[in-house]
Amino acid sequence: MTQAVMGAPQRFTPLQRLLHWLMAICILAMLFIGVGMVSTVMPKYLTLVSIHKPLGIAILVLALIRLVVRLRYGTPPLPADLPEPMKLAAHLSHYAFYALMIGMPLLGWGMLSAASYPVVLYGSIYLPPILPLNDSLHTLLWNAHFYLAFAFFALILLHVAAALFHALVRRDGVFEAMAPVPTTASDEIVPAE
Amino acid sequence: MPEPRRLPARSVIGSLVLIAVVIGGGAAAFAYTAGWLSPQRLTPDRMVDALAPPGGPALGHRRNHAKGICFTGVFEANGAGTALSRAQAFASGQYPVLGRFNLGTADANAPDATVRVRGMGLQIATPDGEIWRSAMINAPVFPVSTPQAFYGLLLASGSKDPDAMKTFAGAHPEIAPFGAWAKDGPWTGSYAEERYNSLNSFVFTDSSGAQKTVRWSLLPAAQPAPISQDDLAKRGPNFLEEEIVERVHAGPQHWTLAVTVANPDDPTVDPSKAWPADRRTVEVGTLTVQRIEAEADGPCRDINFDPTILPSGIQTSDDPFPAARSSAYAKSYDRRTAEAKDYPYTATDAKP
Repeated sequence: MTQAVMGAPQRFTPLQRLLHWLMAICILAMLFIGVGMVSTVMPKYLTLVSIHKPLGIAILVLALIRLVVRLRYGTPPLPADLPEPMKLAAHLSHYAFYALMIGMPLLGWGMLSAASYPVVLYGSIYLPPILPLNDSLHTLLWNAHFYLAFAFFALILLHVAAALFHALVRRDGVFEAMAPVPTTASDEIVPAE
Repeated sequence: MPEPRRLPARSVIGSLVLIAVVIGGGAAAFAYTAGWLSPQRLTPDRMVDALAPPGGPALGHRRNHAKGICFTGVFEANGAGTALSRAQAFASGQYPVLGRFNLGTADANAPDATVRVRGMGLQIATPDGEIWRSAMINAPVFPVSTPQAFYGLLLASGSKDPDAMKTFAGAHPEIAPFGAWAKDGPWTGSYAEERYNSLNSFVFTDSSGAQKTVRWSLLPAAQPAPISQDDLAKRGPNFLEEEIVERVHAGPQHWTLAVTVANPDDPTVDPSKAWPADRRTVEVGTLTVQRIEAEADGPCRDINFDPTILPSGIQTSDDPFPAARSSAYAKSYDRRTAEAKDYPYTATDAKP
C-alpha cells in the first residue's frame, strides 16, 4: 500500500529520521561538552573547546538542511484524540527546537567574533568574524548562549519525557513516527509501506 | 490511526516511574558534568575568584595583571625560525603586533614599586589570517608546577593564617627558585628593560612535520639599569607607564625573540623548572614597539592574550598551564567585559 492510498504519512521520512537521530547525538554531546568545558581548568578544556566549535557549526549546517527538509516533507499528523494543550505544546516545542538549533551556533559564533577570538574549525581553517569587537555585544551574546543552553537541555528532557509517554503510556504511534527503525508497536500500527 | 489501547493502571505507573528515572538520570549526568555535584573541582570560576584581593576584584579590569598599558608595533622575522616552525610569523617579513605591558597584580591601581612581576601580552598577526597570542612575564621560572598548586598558592597568599605561606612553601619546594628571584633578582625602572619569558613550553612543527618542544623569551635591546625597590617607589605610583610613554615617544623600543629548544629529557611539563643554560637557542626576529596608548581606549583593552591562540606550526605541549590559563583568562574576560561601565571609555568616539 502506498502512502497516497493511506492518506497522510504515518512516519517521518527516512531522511528526516536520520537527521533527527544524528542531530540528537550531536546536540546532546554539544551540551555536555559545553557545560563540561567551562567547569574545568585541566588540559581537556582545550580538547573540549576544539570539539565544541566545529560541532556547533556542523549542527548549524544540519539544522538548516533539516529545516528545508521539514518545509518540503512536513510531518505526520498528531493523533486526532491528543488533547489540544498537548498538541499546542508539541507544535511550540518544534519551533523552539529549530530556533535553538539554528540560534545557538550563531550566538556562539557571534560571541567569539565580538571578543575578537579566532573561530577555529580545524587546524588553520577559520570562520570569519560575523560581528565587530564590542564588549557589550559580547556580554549580551554570552549571556544568551549560556542561559539558552540550559533552556535547550530542559527542552530536550521534556521532549524525551513526552516521547516516552507517547511510546509507553499512550502508545499512539507518535514515538514510532520518529523511531530510528520500525518497532514492534509501529508494525502493529502502521501497515507495511 | 488505530485507537490508543488503554493500559492497566499498574503498567501506567511503571511507565511513569521509568520516564522519571530516565529524565532524572539525564539531569543528574548533566549536573555532574557541569561540576555542580563536585565542590572540590578546580573550575575557572574558582581560580578567578581566588585571584581577587580582599577588597574584591577591580571591576572592568583583568582579574590578574590588572594594571597595564597598550602598545602597537611590528615583529620582523629574520627567517631563522622557519627551521623550527612552519608558522608564517617566522618567515622573513614584517608583521603587525598589538600588545600590553602590565603588572602582575589584581589591583588596577597598585603602585608600580609594590609589584614584583611585570608582563607583556603580545599578538602577532600574519597575512595568512593566523593570530599568535602570548602572555609572558619577567620571572625566569613560574612559582609552581601545576595549576592546582597555583590555586593553592593563591589561597595561601590570601589566607589570614600567618603560617599559610610557610606551610605552602614546605609542601611545594619547587617555589624556591621563583622565591629567590623575587627576593634577590634585580628591579629595573622601565618596561623596556625587562626580559619577558613564555615560561610555558609549546611544541613547534616545521614544514617537514618534525616537532620540537620550545620556550621563548623576548630579550630587551635596552640595557637594564638596576634600581632598588625603594628608589623606584620614590619615582611615583605610575612611573612605569609614564616612563614607557616618554621612552617610546623618543624612539621605538626593541626586543629579540629567542626560541630555546628542549633536549629530550628536559622538564617540558613543569614551568617552575628552568632548562639548562646550554640549550640550543635560535634568535628568530625583532619586536619593535612603536606606539603606546592608554588602556582605557587602547587596542589591547578588549583583547584576551590567551596563550593557546596559536597559528598552525605552534601547539600546546604537555605543560598543563596554557590550558588552565586559557580557561581562566576566558572567565576573566567574560566578567570584565560585562563590567565595562565600571571602567569607562574616556573618549566617546573610541568605543569600537
